[in-house]
Amino acid sequence: MQLEYQLVQNTLIVKLKGELDHHVAEKIRQELDDTIKKNRCKNLIFNLSDMRFMDSSGIGVIIGRYKYISQIGGKVAVVEVSEKVDKIFSLAGMYRIIGKHQNQLDALNSL
Amino acid sequence: MEYKNHMKLQFDSKSQNEAFARVVVAAFAAQLDPTIEEIADIKTAVSEAVTNSIIHGYDGNLGSVTVECNIIDNTLEIIIEDDGNGIEDIKQAMEPLFTSKPELERSGMGFTVMETFMDEVDVISEVGSGTKIKMVKKFNSLNEE
Repeated sequence: MQLEYQLVQNTLIVKLKGELDHHVAEKIRQELDDTIKKNRCKNLIFNLSDMRFMDSSGIGVIIGRYKYISQIGGKVAVVEVSEKVDKIFSLAGMYRIIGKHQNQLDALNSL
Repeated sequence: MEYKNHMKLQFDSKSQNEAFARVVVAAFAAQLDPTIEEIADIKTAVSEAVTNSIIHGYDGNLGSVTVECNIIDNTLEIIIEDDGNGIEDIKQAMEPLFTSKPELERSGMGFTVMETFMDEVDVISEVGSGTKIKMVKKFNSLNEE
């Protein structure tokens, strides 16, 4: 899995490219936390357009980052969610805590 | 006549093998002419079961995980087995959001995913001797011909 970052004011946009499972979860978690803290971001947007696979380990990674961001008063959103990722997100009740938007611009406007 | 096929795969309980296992099962299931959604369902369910064996069954220690698949007509049966710790309370382990390892940021959704994405899930486990998960999925695509 590869991460691509874009910083728009105090919002970090992260593009998750590839497969997010237990095997890569720890590395991704570390990298995300380092980048969030280094840039002092308040909000976090995950762009999932290139997410090829995700299981419940990926849900754990997203919830973990949500916990930190909500503690500092920020918001988390996901954009460009594919049907298969949407299925597992809905099942885990993710949309009760994070916003889902069509694209990055919509998500940025909602913050 | 009834169509049958079988395969068995055995590998070390290393997290690298999570992707390996789900890709192999998906490739084996291809002969059932599944939809893209059905393939994604199978891959996710297999990933959950194998991850459980590695994290909970063996606690990160080295062991062996077996994945066995049976095709009987339009039904795929997947059996994922380890000789690890076993599950003390299966009912509790299957509750949504329950995790015995919250410190690892586990979501506790593994069994819920398996039960939602597959038609049947059976868990047989004994503390100290291991866990066996049997999942079944029926495919409709072949019936349409």
